[in-house]
Amino acid sequence: MSSPLTTSSPAAPAKPVGAGRSAPRLRGSRKHTPGRPKRSKLLTALSSLVVLYTVVPLIWLAINATKTQSGLADSNGLWFAHDFALWSNIHDTFTYDDGVFTRWLLNTLLYVVLGAGGATLLAVLGGYALAKFDFPGKRGIFATVIGAVAVPGTALAVPTFLMFSKMGLTDTPWAVIIPSLVSPFGLYLMWVFATEAIPTELLEAARIDGAGEARTFFTVALPLLAPGIVTVLLFTTVATWNNYFLPLIMLKDSDWYPLTLGLSVWNSQAETIGGDVIFNLVITGSLLTILPLIAAFLFLQKYWQSGLAAGSVKE
Amino acid sequence: MRRKTSRLLRGLALLSTLALGATACGGSDDSSDTKAVSAGDIQAALKKGGTVNVWAWEPTLKTVAADFQKKYPKVKINLVSERSGDKHYTALSNAISAGKGVPDVAQVEYFALGQYALTKGLADLAPYGADKLKSKYTPGPWNAVNDGDKVYGLPMDSGPMALFYNKKVFDKYKIAVPTTWDEYLDAARKLHKADPKAYIANDAGDAGFTTSMLWQAGSRPYQVDGTKVKIDFADAGAKKFEAVWQKLIDEKLLSPINGWTDDWYKGLGDGTIATLATGAWMPANFITGVPNASGDWRAAALPAWTAGDKASAENGGSSLAVPALSKNKELAYAFVEYANAGDGVATRVKEGAFPATNAELQSSTFLGKEFPYFGGQKANEIFAQSAANVADDWSYLPFQPYANSIFNDTVGKAYVSGTTLAEGLKAWQDASVKYGEEQGFTVEK
Repeated sequence: MSSPLTTSSPAAPAKPVGAGRSAPRLRGSRKHTPGRPKRSKLLTALSSLVVLYTVVPLIWLAINATKTQSGLADSNGLWFAHDFALWSNIHDTFTYDDGVFTRWLLNTLLYVVLGAGGATLLAVLGGYALAKFDFPGKRGIFATVIGAVAVPGTALAVPTFLMFSKMGLTDTPWAVIIPSLVSPFGLYLMWVFATEAIPTELLEAARIDGAGEARTFFTVALPLLAPGIVTVLLFTTVATWNNYFLPLIMLKDSDWYPLTLGLSVWNSQAETIGGDVIFNLVITGSLLTILPLIAAFLFLQKYWQSGLAAGSVKE
Repeated sequence: MRRKTSRLLRGLALLSTLALGATACGGSDDSSDTKAVSAGDIQAALKKGGTVNVWAWEPTLKTVAADFQKKYPKVKINLVSERSGDKHYTALSNAISAGKGVPDVAQVEYFALGQYALTKGLADLAPYGADKLKSKYTPGPWNAVNDGDKVYGLPMDSGPMALFYNKKVFDKYKIAVPTTWDEYLDAARKLHKADPKAYIANDAGDAGFTTSMLWQAGSRPYQVDGTKVKIDFADAGAKKFEAVWQKLIDEKLLSPINGWTDDWYKGLGDGTIATLATGAWMPANFITGVPNASGDWRAAALPAWTAGDKASAENGGSSLAVPALSKNKELAYAFVEYANAGDGVATRVKEGAFPATNAELQSSTFLGKEFPYFGGQKANEIFAQSAANVADDWSYLPFQPYANSIFNDTVGKAYVSGTTLAEGLKAWQDASVKYGEEQGFTVEK
């Protein structure tokens, strides 16, 4: 489960983008301590370093997607080459090898919609149930979930492979989708979030008014959970979108590859005797691959941040 | 990159290799392999048709598969795009140990064939007629695929070694093309002195390269007789290699860039890596990977250890093999034969692959081919000469993929610390011996 941890780093640069939101908070905090200097130089320097660290690879990627294979070899990595080949690179990325890139893109979308969507659904249902219902064995489940968060997915990959192989599911999309459905971290997050965000009194009121459990869940609980759901959805989406190791050992047929594996195949052509070296397409493909994720963060950001703020005003 | 694969994957490869050994020894399905399969049986299978799953990364197989399907319309070749190296062997071993999803044909490099053959992971192709194809191939590759009267694959390509050098750089600093490794050492010194950014070669420790160099120097560190193995890096050949290479390392004349990375392609293009001693398959990689240096490079014979000596060695090269668990062995063999001994060979050579077959290597169109990339040089003459001079008594360990995976932890130290190459090779030997004994081999030191 190392993926949710790594997902927090793309989240970090997303915050400066939404500076409009964090600014008032800063001003507010300054009111309480009027005697402090306006700005900490050290903090500014440190955060610029962090921004640089996260943004430079992106800039590198964007710049180098404009170069041809020979442009890549004889130009500086952080500036443009004499040739501007972005459009032809994009064209070639989509047409190379009979347009297999499009297929990989659709596969990735399929895995994200079914895998990340399913994982979020299960996490919401499970988290809500664990937060708001009392039943025997709850402590055991808590221990299991916390334990599961600590087990790295890579450690389970080989046993999962052998199990799926016995069931005849390897080399099918199910081998990627089914394991993605389980997100212990998402469940834990929803559990904590549901405990905080849904007042038990509200549920009791709904029940007294005669609403059934399903109706209570959908009309009362779900809207309150929305920010949490978006957060979990973002985490699972990023985890599934970036998933590499699981598809790597589960899938042989490149027709079912997600983008991560597909790009790695393209990249490894350069390590192959007689292979076609297409670093320019690997770079352009990588840029195209992260664009949907950046879009998802930008669009879902406001829900997510209002969720973060929701906890703070409750008290 | 290829050899920098994470420890985790290495561990997995190892783990699955063990599992592979366990399952394969337990099975008794190799008895069916011993009965001869007539050409008629194969023809009947081709008429009946079916699907052949092929795991291979060799790019020319795409055209070969299309041609094959045209010739035998009832047969479907399902070519799975495959990553080379460790990942491929991990997947193959996993499939064999799971007993499911095993391909009908797999590309296996010569250095890895022994491992799969010994654990009975591969079908013996001799009963299918492969034993009659010996005369078609050059000695090096044939020696790599056959073990006594068993044939574990058909050679797909070969990598007789040559010295590729950047003529532009050599001309600029007026350095003569070295014909012996001593001259090579002098050239390295001269070049690095003239341009401190330029190096004669990149070498950060590469098992495949080192074993090829030992091969050429006459060293025979591995003696294999069934499950009896001898590992010894202390012969005269190894000393020759150590003497020259230790100086290159000590005097910091080697660029630490890892092969097959983007830095490597960049270095080959901008003159900071001036030579490359490697297999004859390299031109195809030059043409697509280093397009900006077209015209700068030339090929020459591999430098000799003593002036006038013609001995050469192989670097790289792979076979197509049929896993023992393939359910479609007749069709699988038919495809392997078509691709590596039949009409497929010409197609593959046309697309830039370097052949392992005598007929192609000796044909005038092949030898007379001019390489615009090498300034119009007829480079195949040099490569074919090298192929003819490869000593055929070299053998790899039956667990060479494992041995190669620990190369950087042993010999690799010589490139980054005070350890000498000799000490590194000794450490590699000890670690290989230990592993061999653990695997149940009788190891003679």
